[in-house]
Amino acid sequence: MDSNMKREVILDNYSHPFNRGKENEGYIKVNSNNESCIDNIDLYIKFNEGILEDIKFDGEACAISTASTSIMIKNMIGKSIDEVESYIKNFEAMLNEEEYQDLDFNEAIVFDETYKQGNRKTCVTLPYRGIEKAIKEYKNSLV
Amino acid sequence: MNREDFPMLQSNIIYFDNGATTFKPKSVIDATSYYYSEISANAHRGDYEISYKVDVAYENTRKKVANFINADREEVIFTSGATESLNMIATGFFKPILEPGDEILLTLSEHASNVLPWFRLAKECGAIIKYIELDSNLHVTVSNTMAAITPNTKVISIAGITNVVGDERPLKEIISYAHHNNIFVVVDGAQSVPHMKTDVKELDCDFLVFSAHKMCGPTGVGVLFGKKELLEVLEPINLGGGMNESFDNIDSIYLKELPTRLEAGTPNIAGVIGLSAAIDYLNKIGMDNIKLYEIKLKKYLINKLKNIPHISVLNEECDSGIVAFNVDGVFPQDVAYYLNKYNICVRAGNHCAKILKNATGIKNTVRVSLYFYNTESEIDKFVELLSDKERIVREMI
Repeated sequence: MDSNMKREVILDNYSHPFNRGKENEGYIKVNSNNESCIDNIDLYIKFNEGILEDIKFDGEACAISTASTSIMIKNMIGKSIDEVESYIKNFEAMLNEEEYQDLDFNEAIVFDETYKQGNRKTCVTLPYRGIEKAIKEYKNSLV
Repeated sequence: MNREDFPMLQSNIIYFDNGATTFKPKSVIDATSYYYSEISANAHRGDYEISYKVDVAYENTRKKVANFINADREEVIFTSGATESLNMIATGFFKPILEPGDEILLTLSEHASNVLPWFRLAKECGAIIKYIELDSNLHVTVSNTMAAITPNTKVISIAGITNVVGDERPLKEIISYAHHNNIFVVVDGAQSVPHMKTDVKELDCDFLVFSAHKMCGPTGVGVLFGKKELLEVLEPINLGGGMNESFDNIDSIYLKELPTRLEAGTPNIAGVIGLSAAIDYLNKIGMDNIKLYEIKLKKYLINKLKNIPHISVLNEECDSGIVAFNVDGVFPQDVAYYLNKYNICVRAGNHCAKILKNATGIKNTVRVSLYFYNTESEIDKFVELLSDKERIVREMI
């Protein structure tokens, strides 16, 4: 994907993010914010027997964070916790210029050159920190 | 002006984040380096040549700071910065004297460092936090201050200039009125002392705090000024080396006199010596010249920003070099990222004034904070980059 295409995908997800909105009943709500900037999003995740059945998000964040959240949600819905964990591991390897496996990254591939702008890595990973938090909370609730 | 003195300005960087910290002139860098390479001994010893030199340099800085703000020598305490100073005042001075129901008066535009120590204190003492209402320009007025004062008000703690709105508070009138009502006044000078002449005797403030790094000095060093009779009763938060006279058991601890009584442990000696050079540097330019120049520069910037339809300025009417604005429909962080591509440093966010949104309804802004080394041609480049909104959106990612 060339850089113009990548920009288009990011801007499109920023302007029309997927599954923006709030939820209550049956959803785990987690907040994710960046210490060094003002990105601040809430994720609402519905788990069903170890599957991330639905995810929504709300809040304020920069274009990269918002787009990354939108793309992440598209990719994560329907995945099992194991699949999500291995997705995140490989996705972060991509961000860090390490060897990785493309586990149906789809649009998320637009971030494969984020390492060139180190300060934006935290923008891209912001929603993933939220998902991890929610998984932890879900696992604790099962104990 | 004076750009040639700053190594950081020798690249093509445009630095508009002086409210966060300022660049250092060569003389300040040399002064800290002089300490580490020529007289690297501890202070308050004096048993040998270099330690004596350190003592002299350290204590001369105290005199210099005192002259700079028109205080007496023993009224100047070196701290790690304005934040530590404010915590020392809240905990060391006010905690022992506040009673349940007493009121602490702040404003919604204060920096976190002038809010959180008071929040904690209020919780501990059962005191109540109240706010002076801001006017339509988000400024503090004398009449609004008078209206906020009640018979229970014990302390007013406000910035001389705030870090987002940039308004210069009418401190002298507020302090005079407060003192008539037996209210203490603490001044957070972090954004004012570096940019204008400060005279604690003329102001008659009870406490004043500021940080060296926002006035061309090193990081990690700052000042707590207090009227002598108040510092005498300020309980040290830190006990330890340097500040005790003698001790034997828990019932026999004797502390030193001011100012050392409030400076436990080895101080930031290099920082203090650097601060000395910073004050020399600022004095050479002249604080009044700095203020005039910054206001002129700020007006130049505001006039240009006003002509850009997609930009809204939060604080058109202010008396300092701080301008907070938003580009309509663009997240402030994205504006900052866009400008960064052109080597322009601005701050995006709430700028640690997290309760200001309660007064403005605006959570985040882009902030430009100027200093005397900024220029009109820097502003021209900045304004040109902001004038094309489509370009901002195109290039922000």
